[in-house]
Amino acid sequence: MSAENFVQYAAFLLVVGLLVRPLGSYMAHVFDGGKTILDPILLPLERGIYKIGGVEAQSEMDWKQYSLSFIFFSFAGTIVLYTLLRLQNFLPWFDKIFQVTPMSLDLAMNTAISFATTSTWQAYGGENTMSYFSQLAGLTGQNFLAGASGLALGIAFIRGLARRDSNRLGSFWVDLTRATLWVLLPFSLIGSLILVWQGVPMNFLHYTSATGLEGGAQTIAQGPVAALELIKNLGTNGGGFFNANGAHPFENPTPLTNFIEMLAIVALPAALTFTFGRMIGRPRQGWVLFWVMTVMFTGGLFFCAGPEQQGNLTTIRTANLIPSATAGQPGGNMEGKETRFGIGASVLTAIVTSNGATGSTNSMHDSYMPLSGMAPLVNMLLGEMVFGGLGTGLYSIIMVALIGLFLAGLMVGRTPEYLGKQLGPTEIKLITLYTIAMPFTVLILTAIAVIAKPGLDGLTTNSGPHGFTEIFFAYSSCFANNGQAFAGLSVNSPFYNVTTAIAMIVGRFGLALPALALAGRFGRQGRRQTTSGTLPTDSLLFAGLLIGTAIIVVGLSFLPALALGPILEHLMVK
Amino acid sequence: MATTLTNQTPGPIPDGIEPADRRTSRTRPLFDPPIVRRALGDAFKKLDPRLEAKNPVMFVVWIGSVVTTLIFLASLVPAAGVSMGGWERAFTGQIALWLWFTVLFANFAEAIAEGRGKAQADELRKTRTTTRAKRMDKNGKIEEVSASSLRKGEIVFCTVGDVIPSDGTIIEGIASVDESAITGESAPVIREAGGDRSAVTGGTKVISDQLKIEITANPGETFIDRMISLVEGASRQKTPNEIALNILIAGLTIIFLLATVTLLPFALYNVGQAGSGSAPSITVLIALLVCLIPTTIGGLLSAIGIAGMDRVMQYNVLAMSGKAVEAAGDVDVLLLDKTGTITLGNRQAAEFLPLPGVDIAELADAAQLSSLADETPEGRSIVVLAKEKYNLRGRHLEENETEFIPFTAQTRMSGVNIPGSRVRKGAVQAVVEYVKQSGGTVPAELQEIADGISKMGGTPLAVVLNEKPLGIIYLKDIVKGGMRERFDHLRAMGIRTIMITGDNPLTAAAIAQEAGVDDFLAQAKPEDKMALIKKEQAEGRLVAMTGDGTNDAPALAQADVGVAMNSGTQAAKEAGNMVDLDSNPTKLIEIVEIGKQLLMTRGALTTFSIANDVAKYFAIIPAMFSTLYLLSGTAHGPLWALNIMQLHSPYSAVLASVIFNALIIIALIPVALRGVPYKPMGAAALLRRNLTVWGLFGILLPFPCIKLLDWAVVALHCAPAH
Repeated sequence: MSAENFVQYAAFLLVVGLLVRPLGSYMAHVFDGGKTILDPILLPLERGIYKIGGVEAQSEMDWKQYSLSFIFFSFAGTIVLYTLLRLQNFLPWFDKIFQVTPMSLDLAMNTAISFATTSTWQAYGGENTMSYFSQLAGLTGQNFLAGASGLALGIAFIRGLARRDSNRLGSFWVDLTRATLWVLLPFSLIGSLILVWQGVPMNFLHYTSATGLEGGAQTIAQGPVAALELIKNLGTNGGGFFNANGAHPFENPTPLTNFIEMLAIVALPAALTFTFGRMIGRPRQGWVLFWVMTVMFTGGLFFCAGPEQQGNLTTIRTANLIPSATAGQPGGNMEGKETRFGIGASVLTAIVTSNGATGSTNSMHDSYMPLSGMAPLVNMLLGEMVFGGLGTGLYSIIMVALIGLFLAGLMVGRTPEYLGKQLGPTEIKLITLYTIAMPFTVLILTAIAVIAKPGLDGLTTNSGPHGFTEIFFAYSSCFANNGQAFAGLSVNSPFYNVTTAIAMIVGRFGLALPALALAGRFGRQGRRQTTSGTLPTDSLLFAGLLIGTAIIVVGLSFLPALALGPILEHLMVK
Repeated sequence: MATTLTNQTPGPIPDGIEPADRRTSRTRPLFDPPIVRRALGDAFKKLDPRLEAKNPVMFVVWIGSVVTTLIFLASLVPAAGVSMGGWERAFTGQIALWLWFTVLFANFAEAIAEGRGKAQADELRKTRTTTRAKRMDKNGKIEEVSASSLRKGEIVFCTVGDVIPSDGTIIEGIASVDESAITGESAPVIREAGGDRSAVTGGTKVISDQLKIEITANPGETFIDRMISLVEGASRQKTPNEIALNILIAGLTIIFLLATVTLLPFALYNVGQAGSGSAPSITVLIALLVCLIPTTIGGLLSAIGIAGMDRVMQYNVLAMSGKAVEAAGDVDVLLLDKTGTITLGNRQAAEFLPLPGVDIAELADAAQLSSLADETPEGRSIVVLAKEKYNLRGRHLEENETEFIPFTAQTRMSGVNIPGSRVRKGAVQAVVEYVKQSGGTVPAELQEIADGISKMGGTPLAVVLNEKPLGIIYLKDIVKGGMRERFDHLRAMGIRTIMITGDNPLTAAAIAQEAGVDDFLAQAKPEDKMALIKKEQAEGRLVAMTGDGTNDAPALAQADVGVAMNSGTQAAKEAGNMVDLDSNPTKLIEIVEIGKQLLMTRGALTTFSIANDVAKYFAIIPAMFSTLYLLSGTAHGPLWALNIMQLHSPYSAVLASVIFNALIIIALIPVALRGVPYKPMGAAALLRRNLTVWGLFGILLPFPCIKLLDWAVVALHCAPAH
């Protein structure tokens, strides 16, 4: 790894680390009834919203009510977006010259589900499918609301661990409203302004027809990009305005915008570890999660950057290339990368987006070296536990910790517990359900796709183990509610639109419900006292246990599939 | 209690320091030949699918064994249309065989654990009474009936040589009873009506005097009946933790089932794309599945639970449920009664402290004189001290001139009247009253000395000759040897000990410090104990306690782990969830250790089981896909590069893994039955140790073992070398 890349990565992690405390503490205030600087403006607004919506802000919900509200809200969002997309031809700003991809029933269904679940999987190409109205009212709106409901889930989960002898997890409507008003709106407003300053367009103009330097005709797509750009990252959604997503110069024109967009993905999930520590009254417990995330994040960076900078040794040998970076050329594998980002920022983005449940990639992961391409895949298979989706990332990491703690707890001769909450049969049932969901969905859907004709039809550009990886990647990404594509797979077909939608639904609700149910169980429990016989969960040993558990769980479930995909491909190009 | 002079209850003289390890009576070797023989037979009986289905992990192996056997058999019949090469047929047959062994080994482990319990139950059955009982009707008429027909509430009469027909409470009489049938302890104990020693157990024998007993258990519900069903495992219910672990390993099994089942389409896809290699056979897929699912823990889980109960039993403790044993491992706070648990039952004279102007020899002489007729341990210890320190021998007193004054609760003094002198010793306050009544004066120093002793945790006894106070005898509570170390151990495990005593706070504090307990509750009344338990529980701690008296019953029931002494009342025994047959309160510490060990063994073997999978993947995945994307001129495809153990051939690799997987169950049976070694230490240190031993070792060990087995199967021509 070159020195420049190293500095870039270190600077990124440093800024994230510095933001954890202030942002985390702010969120703790927002959701735990504290005062914030924005209260004078937002409190009247909040009251107005509750009045219109008929929400009783003081009445809290148990886990079932909370889950039902969440499901209802997501379902309603899906229906509204679906209707809007299907009717976009009759709605403002529709341009039939450019929006040529038909908004078919299955594509609209897939897109609506994908935005309600923060997957924002793009079976469509933004500029040739979506009208400005769909982009703004539909997609940007859902980016806020689905992101905010994810944050609400995370907060409810924390409350379950923070409370004792209580079956209440808070009010979904209040958490949703406060997440939107206090967290997502102000930060995306600030971020969007910076993006506009850096050259991201925010207009309602027709696409510009131009003649390129070579004399070829060119259509330059544009639109209200800045409004969508920041919230797509902040809400860990990731569906780009344009098909090329973060690689498109109007979405991500400069290294600075790339840095800010990456920060928008990671900052809030990272800060939520602090919010967690604050809300449960044990700050160290939050910090240890942050450090585990940071270590695993860094591991992913190195794992991905190493082979990328090395490049394809066979090609390098036969074509006499210089693999290392020198003045004037980046070395390594530049295929599918933007020159303004190079290997360094492309890899950073690959790791941030794959960990952060956000699909806004800025390079083609399909073109990565097999092992580098495996890095984002593994990050998603880990269950988005490294920073992860906004709100959901926190319970993802804790769920993995609980599996490790169950065995570790037994090994110290006590009924396993976490933060004084015991892991009995019901708790383990929920944790097991949560853990099985991913192998169940991803492996079965991949198995169907690689032997069924409509599945194989999607392999229009690649075959062999690479083709296998493309399909495996697609379902992993959808289940992880990430939405990034390995690319190379043609997914706008009824088969993929339906099966990926299934993966997205199970990945959202199949995980959120066990997590909320578990939070409900935890909340109802008392709290066991910590003694020297209690396994400390704020120590280096715990951090190691957590990382080890994560790797073993993924390894055991997915090693055969990985062996037949990227590992096999790696052994073949070696 | 602090000012009580003597212990009025006759009881055995404390036997000094009680040994921590009393597992003499019920210990048997791990692999007792008759038990092993029976277990071998049971292992085959347990192949019944209805029994196997109760254990999801082993049931999967069972199905795998059936399927591979059928495939093998079909390959032998040409008409079945399953054609196989020579090696493949031999391979399929061997896999089928080893899968059956895997199931049998797991069955054997369970059978041997159960066998040990059954052997114990047989012994107990021998002691169950078949004698006749002398039943008394309302008019006192005695009628001989069968012991098994006795119902609750009936009255029986027992005399010397009678076996007590059923559990009951003595309503009249006092007798010594031989309880060796249930406790294994040959020394007889005193049982008497009223108070805390009124309970008798069916099957024990009256060896002196006679008793009138009210029966407290219906047939089939007696203590021995319960013991038999417990050790036999008949009433064994899965504990919450066992259920949780079962769910987790069932979940893992599902994940591995998914990983294995989907491997077939994945392989078919790649074979289609590559145009070379072949999809793995059903046999290989089943072999992979069986190797991956946690068969080690799945096969040993029930054996661990049964063996845990068995270990508790070996300590002569009867746990009413496995849940209680597990809860013992979770205990945070231990409530221990001071007397009999932390200190020896009785105080002993440590020093004579004369008042100013009194010769110490005079005090010693008077003290000895007053105690000559005092048969209490305290009294005897005064005579002993006088003899050892002042060389005062016993003297002859003219019987007709001597009047001994016994202790009463009212006077709180005892002593002797001989011509010319009246000697009294007793509680300081009582003696002061006595002196004042006799017209003497009490020097201020007397109270000062007494207070000083109280502060040190002792009990002062004042001695007075006629009207003249001589000084104080310093009675000391003797802390049992080794208690401090045990409390240090408990502290290392994260368990806090609280001493319960009726003493005043000063005395209590001094003894607490000497014994090394963490906290104490002084001047405790039964309701205080209850309040303390509730308070600790409300703060999120699990509480264990021992007790024997009737007024301990509510607290025993409230505590998470309540160990009743076998010598105690029926109420106490029913309220607790364990009964200590030796009536040794410090045994609670061993019970806690067994509980911890039980959970640790489960955790360690599960971790080991999962850790083993790493090596198995490295053996089987390359073997499965050894010919995928085969380039011309090479023997193996690219995935063969993952064969880091350099195993001979795909057949030998899979076979070696399956054999390892089966043998490891046998190898770990001793661990499952004995429990993993345990030393008291903090949770973090313990985890580090167990993670290293069972996690890291679990990852590494299979590599050399599989390599060795691979070499062996090739050397024995069980698999091809290439």
